[in-house]
Amino acid sequence: MGDILRDYDILGAFWVTIQLAALSAIGSLLIGTVMAIFRVSPVRTLRLIGAGYVNIVRNTPLTVLMVMSILGFSIILGLQISSDQARDSYWWAVIMLSVYHAAFVCEALRSGVNTIPLGQAEAARSIGLTFAQSLREVLLPQAFRGAIAPLGSTLIALVKNTTVAAVILGTSATPEAAGMLAQITENEGGSLGVFMIFAIGFVILTLPVGVGATSLSRRLAVKR
Amino acid sequence: MTAAHDVLFDAPGPRARRRHAVMTVVGVVLMVAGIWVVLRRMADANQLEAYQWKGFVTEPVWWTSYLLPGLWGTIKAAALSVVFAGIFGVVFGMGRLSHVPAIRWVCGVVVEFFRAVPVLMMMLFLYFGYFATSGVVSPSTAPLVSVVIALTLYNGSVIAELVRSGVHGLPKGQSEAGLSIGLTPGQTLRSIQLPQALTAMLPALVGQLVVVLKDSALGYVITYPELLSAAKTLGSAYSNTLPAYIVAALLFIVLNYLLTRLAGYVEGWLKRRGTGGGRIVTEAPAQGEAEAATT
Repeated sequence: MGDILRDYDILGAFWVTIQLAALSAIGSLLIGTVMAIFRVSPVRTLRLIGAGYVNIVRNTPLTVLMVMSILGFSIILGLQISSDQARDSYWWAVIMLSVYHAAFVCEALRSGVNTIPLGQAEAARSIGLTFAQSLREVLLPQAFRGAIAPLGSTLIALVKNTTVAAVILGTSATPEAAGMLAQITENEGGSLGVFMIFAIGFVILTLPVGVGATSLSRRLAVKR
Repeated sequence: MTAAHDVLFDAPGPRARRRHAVMTVVGVVLMVAGIWVVLRRMADANQLEAYQWKGFVTEPVWWTSYLLPGLWGTIKAAALSVVFAGIFGVVFGMGRLSHVPAIRWVCGVVVEFFRAVPVLMMMLFLYFGYFATSGVVSPSTAPLVSVVIALTLYNGSVIAELVRSGVHGLPKGQSEAGLSIGLTPGQTLRSIQLPQALTAMLPALVGQLVVVLKDSALGYVITYPELLSAAKTLGSAYSNTLPAYIVAALLFIVLNYLLTRLAGYVEGWLKRRGTGGGRIVTEAPAQGEAEAATT
């Protein structure tokens, strides 16, 4: 066990996991917010695009998206982000994690919009704000504060789902946690101790997110 | 939804209607342009040749030798996992509600642990670390066993939480009534609270099926012959990799969409039925989390 800890860069693998999670969290928040705006917008086509995005992406397994990105988009369609294969897989993993979790961010924000009392939107309209203005000044700030709990759940899921990147990052130069676990298990044989190290690593990563989201959602809840 | 929209913005006047028309056109143009770029790239990469697509209609063997066995693998793993996860969930959910602190504590730790550990890691460890090498099960069933155990542990823990929140969501009078007619706490839980909680959970349980179905695609990594692996084999056999993946993704989407609709239908049915379940279903956070935590 001591040898394994010395021979394999487990902390480095978790650092890749954290990078993937952080980059994809930003990406999915951006795409998810745009889609949420589409879904509540007055333009019917935009609403349809938003709904279509959510229904398609949410019902596709992340594994399928990952495999498709590298074997389909990168290799066959030649949409390479980097000529270095490990880097290419890394950025495709970030893109697919962002695209996938954006659907859940969008739904979380929409549930946040639903927590806003009707009077708020009516008030915004009655003082003459346009839809864009009322979205920016009244609706979205409250929606984000009302959506912290589901957004926290999505972030936890995202941290755990970074392991699916192992499908394409595998045992490359920069494996993330699951790829590293697979590498160690295949080379050194299965050891419950090693598995527990990785499992506890994820508990350590996700526990603060859950606790933080709960306390933030309480502290920032809009007093009504 | 329409009701919410009516409040978010005014009925459009002439100027707003013009603006909306412009945005509609811009949206459609962007979408069509996006699709066109993708199709162009696919055409450039020779992924739009007729022979790569026609077989899905004209060649029954594409389905009988590749896609249908794959689909069956996916459904088999998902169905087994759901059954076991249901049992696991009810047992550990009841454990978390036990009045014996030690049982409550142990079940709590088990449930929280398996909810925090990524399914893929469990699968990789079970397969490469144990079943592939130990010879406990035959090499051909080792991947299935690993997939089912990993999915059971994770989804069972999620269901255990659903059971717990379902029972907590019941009106307090239910357990008080049970205790006051002389039932023990265990009897009250089993014969009064649990049946009501399970009915209320039904939509969330069907929703969990979507999660299991999607997660079963992870079996791809440990060589379990499910839909995604089948698509890969089909793709290399007939050199139509991308079309095969797209069709596999479509199958997943249709299946999951139908399951989501079924969950909505069950929810509506429970509401219409009116008794017991309907009003307890509102444990939105638990369901949201279950939904978010999918691969």
